[in-house]
Amino acid sequence: MTAATLPRPRSFGFKWPDVTLRALHVWRRNRDVYMNVWLSEAIWPFVEPFMTLLALGVGLGNFIEFEQDIDYVAFIGPALIAVYPMWSATAECAWGSFFRMDQQGTFDAVIATPVSVDEVSTGEILWGGTRGVMSVFYVGLMVLAFGGIESPLAILIIPLSLLANPMFAAISLCYTATSKTISSLNYFFATYITPQFWLSGAFFPLDEMPGWVEVIAWFTPAYHVVRPYRALSSGEVDSTVAIDIAWMLVVGIAAYLAALHLMRRRLIK
Amino acid sequence: MTSQTYIEAEAAALPADSQIIVARNLVKRYGELTAVNGISFEVRRGECFGLLGPNGAGKTTTIRMINCVSPVTSGELLVDWMPVQTRQRRIKATLGVVPQDDNLDPDLTVYQNLRAYARYFDIPRDVAEERITEALTLFQLNDRRKDKIDQLSGGLKRRLTIARGLLNSPKILVLDEPTTGLDPQARHLVWQKLRYLRSQGVTMLLTTHYMDEAAHLCDRILIIDEGRIIAAGTPDELVREQAGTDVVEVHLGDSDPAPVMRELLKHDELNVERYADILYVFSRGENGFDARSIEDDAERIVYRRANLEDVFLKLTGRGLAAEA
Repeated sequence: MTAATLPRPRSFGFKWPDVTLRALHVWRRNRDVYMNVWLSEAIWPFVEPFMTLLALGVGLGNFIEFEQDIDYVAFIGPALIAVYPMWSATAECAWGSFFRMDQQGTFDAVIATPVSVDEVSTGEILWGGTRGVMSVFYVGLMVLAFGGIESPLAILIIPLSLLANPMFAAISLCYTATSKTISSLNYFFATYITPQFWLSGAFFPLDEMPGWVEVIAWFTPAYHVVRPYRALSSGEVDSTVAIDIAWMLVVGIAAYLAALHLMRRRLIK
Repeated sequence: MTSQTYIEAEAAALPADSQIIVARNLVKRYGELTAVNGISFEVRRGECFGLLGPNGAGKTTTIRMINCVSPVTSGELLVDWMPVQTRQRRIKATLGVVPQDDNLDPDLTVYQNLRAYARYFDIPRDVAEERITEALTLFQLNDRRKDKIDQLSGGLKRRLTIARGLLNSPKILVLDEPTTGLDPQARHLVWQKLRYLRSQGVTMLLTTHYMDEAAHLCDRILIIDEGRIIAAGTPDELVREQAGTDVVEVHLGDSDPAPVMRELLKHDELNVERYADILYVFSRGENGFDARSIEDDAERIVYRRANLEDVFLKLTGRGLAAEA
């Protein structure tokens, strides 16, 4: 029984991502699916921010006055470009990825080809990020039409969104990789995404709140996306933008590496 | 240092057209559970090799290790002379995988499924188009190109999964229970296609727990149970060695087995196995068992040729029904 006495090979250490351009094949697969059903997929991310701008921005905004004479549409507009795409990106890498992984066996089929597990995870995150960036364009154009953008610097929201949305997607995929059932994804949205949507400073200034609220908010990703978007949209850019970008980079990379690790654990048995 | 394993060294001395899969003392453990417990075998180029065994025997685990989707716990496993631990992408590029559960992509059409799958192998678009048409034609699916997967019957899905496994022109087609769950017509059609592929020189490794399937398709067979090899050989050899030539089935029904057993015990040259209410009496041509002496004590007696199912029942020591 030599086999029984051999130490089980196991590496607890860091494993460098096994990623090539094949990750794009996974992205293309998801794009093909989206193109089959894009009309029904596109309606929700379009209607919801539109209604929000109309009801909160214009409707409720009539009753809101800031000390520094800010238009409420201009206040929530850039924030909506942050938080609605957050929904698109995280939902794609939560419900979407879980369904493909668990229900459909799609990932099992893909990793039997020369595409690696890490490339599957990377392709999923890229696709989640893409869904988020698509939403950035919808919502951005809408905010523009509602007059919520005050500075041409707002164009820089686009490159920033290329960082923010894959970050959201990677965080979401971490949770998905550890979820036993599809309904447990509800916890992620109920306790993590929804609070960020409402409380990360998108709809009211956090500095009017007790100090601990802003401290908690500082540790949430949405806060660091809303803040620079708003700064760029209003044209009042200061050094916090650099801090926010650094925050997104660090958390984005950490979430990406964690997602790769957790997906390996989930898919390789 | 990249030390050459002894199998690799052996390979250098062998003609290139012999083995294509080599397993030595292959072990797979999941925590406390040992799914594959030190099996060794070789698959030769151009043959159809069958891996047989009851559910839970370790067939699928073995296949998954060959497909490089499940890490080997210990032992050596070479596919096309490449070790599975280090050459995963190259190995996966040379395999055609047909998994047990159809994991076709339900979000895509028949054509899109194959298109996406060909991309995973980096097959250029024009080559892919050619091969897709070829594969769909071979499996008589050309008029279903635009169908969604859930519009296909079980048999059509299976054919599409096999067609998908051929897109990368694999050196080895690995099929895990290719006809489980299909109706007889669909099974025979799949068998016909697989025989055609074998005649074209495609090496095949298949698992099954249908003995007629193994007898139909396989050149050589390995029977495993509880992660260990319990028999190996060609279907004919196995039947001859393990079950003899003839079988007498004594269906006891509700009758008392004691008198029959007493009578059978008088013939110590006979090999008798009992599953549920049926006794199987194995014998060889010249000294065949004459069951007339027990006719009155049994409900029904059937004389027939020994087949692979007898081998399987005899070796795995339990009826196929027991695993359900």
